[in-house]
Amino acid sequence: MYALVDCNSFFASCEQIFRPDIRGLPVVVLSNNDGCIVARSKEAKALGIPDLEPYFKQKALLEKHGVHVFSSNYELYGDLSSRVMTTLEQFSPDIEVYSIDEAFLSLKGTKVRFPNYGHLIKKTVEQNTGMPVSVGIAATKTLAKLANHIAKKSVKCNGVCVIDDIEKWHAVFNKIPNNKVWGIGRRTSKHLSDMRVYSVYDLLKQNSQQLKKRYSINVARTIDELNGIECYRLEQAPEPKKQIFSTRSFGQKIVNCLELEQSVSQYASRACVKLRQQKHLVKTLTVFASSGHFVEHPYRRSAVIKLPTPSNDTRQIISAARQAVRNGIFRQGVRFARAGVGLIELQAERPEQLDAFSPTQTIRSKQLMTVIDRINKIHCPIVFASQGLQQNWKMNRCLKSPSYTTRWNDLPRVKV
Amino acid sequence: MLTPLLKSSINLKLFIAKVAAGFPSPADDYIEKGLSLDELLIKHPSATYLAVANGDSMTGCGIFNDDILIIDRAISPVHGDIVIAAIDGELTCKFLNLTLKQLLSANPKYPPININPDCDLIIEGVVISSIRRHKLCMH
Repeated sequence: MYALVDCNSFFASCEQIFRPDIRGLPVVVLSNNDGCIVARSKEAKALGIPDLEPYFKQKALLEKHGVHVFSSNYELYGDLSSRVMTTLEQFSPDIEVYSIDEAFLSLKGTKVRFPNYGHLIKKTVEQNTGMPVSVGIAATKTLAKLANHIAKKSVKCNGVCVIDDIEKWHAVFNKIPNNKVWGIGRRTSKHLSDMRVYSVYDLLKQNSQQLKKRYSINVARTIDELNGIECYRLEQAPEPKKQIFSTRSFGQKIVNCLELEQSVSQYASRACVKLRQQKHLVKTLTVFASSGHFVEHPYRRSAVIKLPTPSNDTRQIISAARQAVRNGIFRQGVRFARAGVGLIELQAERPEQLDAFSPTQTIRSKQLMTVIDRINKIHCPIVFASQGLQQNWKMNRCLKSPSYTTRWNDLPRVKV
Repeated sequence: MLTPLLKSSINLKLFIAKVAAGFPSPADDYIEKGLSLDELLIKHPSATYLAVANGDSMTGCGIFNDDILIIDRAISPVHGDIVIAAIDGELTCKFLNLTLKQLLSANPKYPPININPDCDLIIEGVVISSIRRHKLCMH
């Protein structure tokens, strides 16, 4: 059996933990640079505030209902996420942290009564961290996801749903649309509906071998999993990312080339840290910048750069990215709102096939990067000069709450 | 608290000293990892939050304005604990008296608060230590 533990409206709940005055009230959290609404408390959802909509379009509605609006506070969310995950570790030796706010637990071999165990997990996480969670328990990961969905939607469940005997649930499955199933994307969902496979029940009645030919092995596996046949196990070591993107909107529009180069250098540098963490080298990268959609004449340019030799050297990647900005991406007169760097072709960092005619990344360069990463972990970060010191273009986070758990100056104050 | 901490870090240097001849130092068997204030003050790291005290209602038990409170949410509060309670949307620090069903201050200036079933009160955690710094060396 697997349990999926998922935090309820994670970002919004993080904001409420240290603010008892806004618990039970509508709260929304905005994306980077206060662009879009990315999280809504239960109360905000009930008011009909839409998800993933630009903030400026919803501002009037939010003000009308007195909704509490926050910029995203990743220091706070990261800390609370790790507290939740650490708390979950006491319930199973095998846990897969699936995202910032959810984790799969393997309950194999545990001799526990499942509804009780689910409630114990829920109660412990909520008491220890303050974070409300829902728990879904079932024979496969896909069913555990579905159980979690039911636990969240149905008041009767009290936040915990166990799917043990699948046949007993067929009536419920018949009411859940197919797109609520883990692994069924928007396009597959639409295609299935066109074939009159509307509900979860319709889907699990399909012949997985037939659908395998039409879609992919993954859709076939999903159907097997819905029937209680285990196809996915816990993934404890995250798979290395196939691409790494670092991209942001600017706090202020950028109009000069040097500032655009600085921002791109910063993103390149961040992407390189991730690249080295997963022990990969980059062969091809892309650099892009745009004016954003909400202007009269939208402008967007990108460039793809193939490095002469696979590398993880921030200096080399920054220099390639800056060159791309200078030779083609930047244009005088455009007010840039957004830029990014994507490392799109990666390879594992193993002994390279030496090309007799092209230089490889030197050992000294690799050593330098290792030292920089190590220093940045312990001390104030070393930055590459091209990232700029002023960084006028940095993110807007006007409505950010204090970093209650990670900064001494931001500790919550308690009336005594 | 400070003295043993200093002593241990000096001792540590002596223990680590290598003997040139390659003969292992007999003191190596006695190496301790040093003293950690986290270990002394925090029992459940992922359930422990810090907060700053604001006010003088608990001076009688040694909690003063600007002291740092160490709050453990994993402990179930019992009679006599110092707790953090959320009352009407505000975080406050008081003694929990279960026999009188009251939250008590440690300062006669402040009257007790009755715990009624209808009032909006949640116990958030138990204050297990408070820290007062007599000379600020941070921020």
